[in-house]
Amino acid sequence: MMSTPSNSDTSNTGADSGARPPLIELAGITKTFGNVEALSGVDLKIGEAESVGIIGDNGAGKSTLVKVLSGVYPPTGGVMRFRGQEVRFDSPLDARKNGIEMIYQDLALCEDLDVAQNIFLGREIKKKLGPFNLLDKQAMARAAAEDIANMGLDFDVEREVGMLSGGERQMVAVARALQFSPSALLMDEPTAALSAEKIRRLWELIAELKSRGVSILLVSHRFTDILSICDRIVVVRGGRIAGEMKPHEHPPAQTMAMMTEMMTGDRITEETEI
Amino acid sequence: MKTMGNLMNSRIWGRGASAINPGLVMATIVVFIVLSFASPYFLTTNNLLNVAKALVIVGIAAAGETLVIIAGGFDLSIGSTMAAAGMLAAYLLDIGSGVGPAFLAAILLGICIGAANGTLIAYFRINPLITTLATLAIIRGLAFVISDGREIIITNKTWLSIGTGKWASIPYIVLILIMVYLVFALIMPRTTFGRYIYAIGSNARAARLSGISTKRWQMAIYITCGATAALAGLMLAARTGNARPAAAMGFELDVITAVILGGASLKGGRGTILGTAIGLILLFMINNGLTLAQVPSFWQQVCKGFILLAAVLYDEVRSGRSDDS
Repeated sequence: MMSTPSNSDTSNTGADSGARPPLIELAGITKTFGNVEALSGVDLKIGEAESVGIIGDNGAGKSTLVKVLSGVYPPTGGVMRFRGQEVRFDSPLDARKNGIEMIYQDLALCEDLDVAQNIFLGREIKKKLGPFNLLDKQAMARAAAEDIANMGLDFDVEREVGMLSGGERQMVAVARALQFSPSALLMDEPTAALSAEKIRRLWELIAELKSRGVSILLVSHRFTDILSICDRIVVVRGGRIAGEMKPHEHPPAQTMAMMTEMMTGDRITEETEI
Repeated sequence: MKTMGNLMNSRIWGRGASAINPGLVMATIVVFIVLSFASPYFLTTNNLLNVAKALVIVGIAAAGETLVIIAGGFDLSIGSTMAAAGMLAAYLLDIGSGVGPAFLAAILLGICIGAANGTLIAYFRINPLITTLATLAIIRGLAFVISDGREIIITNKTWLSIGTGKWASIPYIVLILIMVYLVFALIMPRTTFGRYIYAIGSNARAARLSGISTKRWQMAIYITCGATAALAGLMLAARTGNARPAAAMGFELDVITAVILGGASLKGGRGTILGTAIGLILLFMINNGLTLAQVPSFWQQVCKGFILLAAVLYDEVRSGRSDDS
């Protein structure tokens, strides 16, 4: 018989309880679309350099949660704090200004633009030419080539993104998020189009980012992704936080059973097929 | 053969979304050579200047339409905007206004029409085709109602000199066209405005998620198109010496054909101002060739329709290929 996860321990105190405030804190966040309440009073804390995995069934609210954090959806209610200061993200630009970068499930790349143009889209490097502020294409191409090389990849940054493979596109989306030294990186199903080799490289990158103090929020339906890199797992069900756990506190099979139980709300027994 | 292959793939044509289709350049050169041999009149200075003057009006409007189409939009109201701008300028000149105020007022009218299109498309999310079809009808209708269907003869000599005057044997209106294209050719690859036009046309959602205010930029794009359409209307009024509510009717066909022929994709994200310039030259050379061959004007219209279809089909095949890849 497997143990039942304790829902009483859902205070999401992932951050240190010392004087230093968590990097991101959500308190009672709600998000409604018409009559549908996608998020109902979500409380969540993400500490500095902490990696948090968000898991949940389809329609549980996990993508809405990261979209609220990344400024795509302004919350309907509740309070969001960034390093202890109350903030409100009405657009992705607001989140970016606070150092929160997002890698979207569909990557959100412009296929007709090249790699460098995509990496710097919305934050172009410019140079002064008399009274005009013109794009500094050479500087952006150089910086983009450096990013790609630092990620252990090798492709022409002047190639159109539409001409790249799915894995290469994914890495362009990662490079774009990392270009501006984020303090938090949100990822929605980042391994969906990656080969095993590229997934391994991505996890190495994430470990490196964590060591540099970057917080990670990973949404994935793959238990293995979450177990590989997360310090803490938060389960979302019906727009609420259903529970959380540390991935290595229990044997993997028990952790998975507990996560499944929190995701479905059903009690898992040894006879249950997972 | 290898040299030709290298030439077709060369970086001189540019790369990616802002590349010029070498096939278009080759087609233009071939049509030029064929017409030079086919008609003794084609290569005469007079004929070429006439082609250039005919091309100017469509060309100026096509510059703005290029931006709209690259951004994934569409503007059918340019012909009506041209007529309304010409009518307004002619009316102001008729009541004694100076050339400067008449010119500025007409451009401002174009800007307002562009802003109205942009607002409806970007903020109210109405389909660009429907929006600009409606504004086409509204503006043209208002031009008829206000003028009671009558034309206004322009007698202001300064104004008329814009349409007929020359500098170093080059008509002023051709110089104006060249200036418009130079400005656009500088803006498109070197400014955020140009970059965001491609980004919005390629993937408006991605552009928005990158922090770009897509609605504001869409407004700017339609405003630019309205302004260039108004400028084209002013050039038409200066060239013909009158302004009519029925002026520039059907110009949309020429403008859109030139833009698509020039390589702009109806799906957005691709095209260049230089491509549009080459598309214009090709279209007007074909037109001129048909005139020299004494093909009746109705058949010329049929021919233009086929050229537009061919350009759109080519665009479909090309984007189909890139989707597959």
